[in-house]
Amino acid sequence: MDLEYGPQYDNFRAEVINFVKENENTKLTGPARSESRVAWQQKLIDHGYFARSIPKEYGGYGGDMDIIKLRIIAEEFAKSPIPKPAGGQGIQMLVPTLLSLGTEEQKQKYIKPTLRGEILWCQGYSEPNSGSDLASLQTKAELDGDEWVINGQKIWTSTAHLSQMCFILVRTEPDAPKHQGISYLLMPMDAEGIDRRPIKQMTGDSDFNELFLTDVRIPAENIVGKRGEGWKVANATLGHERGSLADPNVTQNRLNSLIDLMKSETIDGQRVIDKPIFRDRLLSIQGRLMAQQSNALRILSSQINEDQDANLSKSIVKLQGTELRHELEGLAIDAMGELGTLYEDSPHLRDEGAWQMTYMYFLGLIIGGGTNQIQKNIISERALGMPKEPKIQGA
Amino acid sequence: MYFGLSEEQKSLEENIQRFLSDNASLDIIKAVANGDEDKAKEVHKGIIELGLSGLIVPEEYGGLELNMLFATVVSAALGSGTAPVPFAGSYIMSPMAINLAGNAEQKNNWLPKIAGGEVQVGVGISEYVGAREDAGIEFTNGKVSGRSLFVIDGKGADAYILANKSGELYLIDSNNSGIEVVELTTVDKTRTSIELILNDVDAEFLEGSKDKAIIEKVLDAGRLMLAADTVGAAQVMLDKSVAYSLERKQFGRLIGSFQAVKHMCAEMAADLEPCHSMIWHAAHCQDNVPEEARLMACQTKAHISEVGKQVSKTATEVHGGMGFTDELGLHYWFKRIGLNRQLLGSPELVREEAGKLQGFDQ
Repeated sequence: MDLEYGPQYDNFRAEVINFVKENENTKLTGPARSESRVAWQQKLIDHGYFARSIPKEYGGYGGDMDIIKLRIIAEEFAKSPIPKPAGGQGIQMLVPTLLSLGTEEQKQKYIKPTLRGEILWCQGYSEPNSGSDLASLQTKAELDGDEWVINGQKIWTSTAHLSQMCFILVRTEPDAPKHQGISYLLMPMDAEGIDRRPIKQMTGDSDFNELFLTDVRIPAENIVGKRGEGWKVANATLGHERGSLADPNVTQNRLNSLIDLMKSETIDGQRVIDKPIFRDRLLSIQGRLMAQQSNALRILSSQINEDQDANLSKSIVKLQGTELRHELEGLAIDAMGELGTLYEDSPHLRDEGAWQMTYMYFLGLIIGGGTNQIQKNIISERALGMPKEPKIQGA
Repeated sequence: MYFGLSEEQKSLEENIQRFLSDNASLDIIKAVANGDEDKAKEVHKGIIELGLSGLIVPEEYGGLELNMLFATVVSAALGSGTAPVPFAGSYIMSPMAINLAGNAEQKNNWLPKIAGGEVQVGVGISEYVGAREDAGIEFTNGKVSGRSLFVIDGKGADAYILANKSGELYLIDSNNSGIEVVELTTVDKTRTSIELILNDVDAEFLEGSKDKAIIEKVLDAGRLMLAADTVGAAQVMLDKSVAYSLERKQFGRLIGSFQAVKHMCAEMAADLEPCHSMIWHAAHCQDNVPEEARLMACQTKAHISEVGKQVSKTATEVHGGMGFTDELGLHYWFKRIGLNRQLLGSPELVREEAGKLQGFDQ
């Protein structure tokens, strides 16, 4: 057991600390893709604080894949108000997919502007009748000369209203078994025939959209992997999404805010944190979080030390992390009582309504990215070796 | 950076597990539970031969001088086999107390004998954690009087280490006059438990324990041993559940193919897997990160007790009616986890302490 990163990283950490200090007052203005945001993203790439291990020829920094350096960058950025590198589904899911499975042309064309934040991507996976059973999707694409013609409907498409491109799963081989009939296409969002309708959520926001696709034509070369290999291509990236949904270090920040809240809120003049049952709930949540943080260390260690296996540890992160976060936000609401139900711009509102917003938002994340019931199927089948449900004839 | 067990730690774990599967089969556990003390003594002798009695004793007193991480590995392995042996009190807490708080003579008298498996020293600090029935001991003029409940590994012990309410520790030879030993019968018959009633008994003060840090260290160590024991036991309950679900058929299918059963197993795994990391991390903090050690020990004991309770219930349910039988014997693990949960503070009590440690009262 050795939790030190080693003295060989001291210089690197000092460099990062220095950069963070010099740039901590950077303020980014304007919407996504604005000049100042792109310039900041490029500056981070130039210093190797973003896109670190992505080759230079594709717009990355071209550094070594050193997990500890990535960790040090994340730790030092987290301590400061410095603007963080942009994220999103293009960066988290599309770029890793293209790097491992894209053609040389696709890598040249898309990775650099995606990293710089000039192209935003949305993910066209779920359909009204294909949620947990994603592989049953019916949106189809047919080759007509040198173009794919896409028809169908997608749902839960995050940030479709902001995106220039969509990586989309479509059925191209209707006669093949369902997992072998899917292809992974890259669809420009300004193509003719795309109708976007925002979905208003329980939070009041509209992060998601429905996409209605009618005779949308895109170039034939906009396919990643071969025809019928789309399921394999998509599965290469779903893991990236799940790991990022419930980072225990973010939950730790929320726990700290919750402790502050319970010290400042009072009932009949008594601090909430001094009420034994409230305090016990808080401490139970802290105990669960500490277990998840230890689990995260094991995962980190398995990325550094190739002989370590942490498959089960990884497969439980989304399930455990989203449930814990939902409960944590819910305890804050209980600690505030009636005040905890205030929303939008109400008088007496605490923390701009963030507790209610996040409480509901994490219920969304318990469902999204593969519902937590699907997560339990994955854990029991892939990690514990239990059998799949028998197939029902015709399904 | 390497977070996990070393090759040496893994092989120690495997050695103990192999020893237990060869020498402490379920039949032997059942015999011990039904009062066969000779069988218990044989298993006890075996773990002494493996070196476990000298695990943390310094080399200069004939021990292996290993750290808390090794100790939790051993405790988890003993828990996985519901080993009917003394360990947490006699071979971790008591040598630690004597080594940290005893004078040269006390160390010379006791540590080599503990390491060699010649003596067993029980530990009674329940009253420091939270006295029941107004029990407790008082020390005046070299004599101890009072009562101590749930003295860990106290049955058949050669000496006892007891704490008063302020956490000062006293060493008492079990041959001294004025000691009445009352055997307590808990649900967990793989381990023993006693109450001591003391009337003007000669006692030696462990001088170093004037510093409260000593009892805190001993308490942390004890709690981690109990938590590790629970992790080991709970992992076996999960493994047995998965194995059973892949044998048992109903409605023409393995019950392990039903989502209801799969989800029960997935939930157990999701709750339990981080507990392995947590116990290693907590032990590592005891060894190397003193500023985080106490909070981590409290939260580890509390959290693992909660997970253990849930896993032991769910695993029993997966086994259906068989889970409830003595024949299958799953209840030995269930009861082991049940006793670990209460010893040295139930989760609510330990969390209360964790809150104070973080200054929540301020």
